[in-house]
Amino acid sequence: MDIKELKEVCRQVRIDIINEVTEAASGHPGGSLSAVEMLVALYFKVMNIDPKDPHKADRDRFVLSKGHAAPGLYAVLAERGYFDKEELHTLRKLGSRLQGHPDPRKLPGIDAATGSLGQGISIAVGMALGAKLSGNGAKVYTMVGDGEMQEGMVWEAAMAAANYKLDNFTVFVDNNGLQISGKNDDVMSLGNIHAKYEAFGFDVIEVEDGNDIEQVLAAIAVPFTPGKPKCIIAHTVKGKGVSFMENSVGWHGTAPKEDQRQAALKELEG
Amino acid sequence: MSEKKATRNAYGEALVELGKINDKIVVLDADLAPSVMTNGFAKEFPDRYFNTGIAEANMVDMSAGLSTMGYIPFCSTFAIFGAGRVYEMVRNSVAYPQFNVKLGMTHAGITVGEDGSSHQSIEDIALMRVIPNMTVIVPCDANEAKKATFAAAEMNGPVYLRFARPSSFVFEEDMPFEIGKANVLRDGDDGVIFACGLMVKPAVDAADALKEQGKNISVVNIHTIKPLDTETILKYATRCKKVLTIEEHSVIGGLGDAVASTIIGHGDFTFRKLGVQDLFGQSGTPNQLLEVYGISDAQILEAAKEMF
Repeated sequence: MDIKELKEVCRQVRIDIINEVTEAASGHPGGSLSAVEMLVALYFKVMNIDPKDPHKADRDRFVLSKGHAAPGLYAVLAERGYFDKEELHTLRKLGSRLQGHPDPRKLPGIDAATGSLGQGISIAVGMALGAKLSGNGAKVYTMVGDGEMQEGMVWEAAMAAANYKLDNFTVFVDNNGLQISGKNDDVMSLGNIHAKYEAFGFDVIEVEDGNDIEQVLAAIAVPFTPGKPKCIIAHTVKGKGVSFMENSVGWHGTAPKEDQRQAALKELEG
Repeated sequence: MSEKKATRNAYGEALVELGKINDKIVVLDADLAPSVMTNGFAKEFPDRYFNTGIAEANMVDMSAGLSTMGYIPFCSTFAIFGAGRVYEMVRNSVAYPQFNVKLGMTHAGITVGEDGSSHQSIEDIALMRVIPNMTVIVPCDANEAKKATFAAAEMNGPVYLRFARPSSFVFEEDMPFEIGKANVLRDGDDGVIFACGLMVKPAVDAADALKEQGKNISVVNIHTIKPLDTETILKYATRCKKVLTIEEHSVIGGLGDAVASTIIGHGDFTFRKLGVQDLFGQSGTPNQLLEVYGISDAQILEAAKEMF
């Protein structure tokens, strides 16, 4: 798939997100939209996966530690063929496999139960360690939110990833700068994220525009230093692609109303 | 005089034996190997042993991740941390997705002794049994601890194993062990004692002492708190009418409450729970503490005499 096609997938995923969250009348559009290029890059270009055999043993793993971005992940899984796109209409509804936060027992393509912040990265470290131990060659990717890194457990996991020399492990930081009640810096400053991961023993790559899929792919393509895990800090825009949602803290966990959906779709469908 | 041995020691030995027969067994601890008895496994299988540092939350969720790669992680720390500090990791990352993680937690109860309240878990049975999908096992002696560890490895799904610190009595008889199937150790009609963990031995002793006075008391070892053997509990409770429960745990939410909610509505019973009242522990020797909190051998015998 070439860049043009990948960009088209990203656009479609954004449309899916808006529809999912509007129809669910709840959910997290802002942080789903900021993560789209990373998710599409992984599922459409990078990872060794097979949507028809979602449990194949040597598959690469992705753990969405910022589990509230589930609408984004579900849209990508559906576009990739893990399940019928029609099912996106069931998000957060009773009996749906598309739970408010990811559930590995329900939905193919999901490998961990996340949503309680700080835990997914730690589960992913365990997966990467298991991949090393078994020698199956699987690579493990996880994505944390920037606000999520206020959870101390994130740093327990980071310490372990370096300690176990997990050079099959990549942490994406969806660095959109906002969390539920405001700017990260106004809530609890994360300080120098780059320096923090570096100090914990990661190779750190910054992506100037984390909503540019070419830049994201270039960062993923940077080879591992033997014995070191990788951290990709992607500077993204919360609510990316919908002008009235962009950089607006109010769209962290608010669903669009019907007129807002139409306005958003008009922008995305061009 | 029978041999004495701590249940945590038996756990450590079982891990080594399991490691030999199953290369999918991995063991994690949070820098407490000589205490939680994972050091034998560490020595024998260094490639499958991970000291995750003093970071229990990460240990539990790493175990969750390892389980998804086909491994059977046994992770261990003190019960106070393994059930308390990491409660929500156990609930959300392990139990909710039904991952095959075994929580082998030691130093449960007040018999931790001198370390005091900060290290004495008297709430862990309650915390673990309320979580869906969780199996909760409290072995009564070293032999049962070993069998329970093997049984946990054989079943698929999360298991909480509760082990104690001190050396304790080892029953000579070879008792069967099946998860969820209570063991009847004494069989009589004049009353029944349901006990778990280190409280099983004094329960048997009390029944034997009462036998000399012509009272036939049943003693049932409820080694599995969840899934609970409600059939055996109901059978003995309805037959004996007088029901005493004993646990080295808070009387709130543990074995006693599990038995009470099983028998309620099934007849008229005289019912009493022995255990730690709604109090924190403190420093002292294990025997001193058992007495302070009302569950010493003598106090158990006294309670049984009073009741039956």
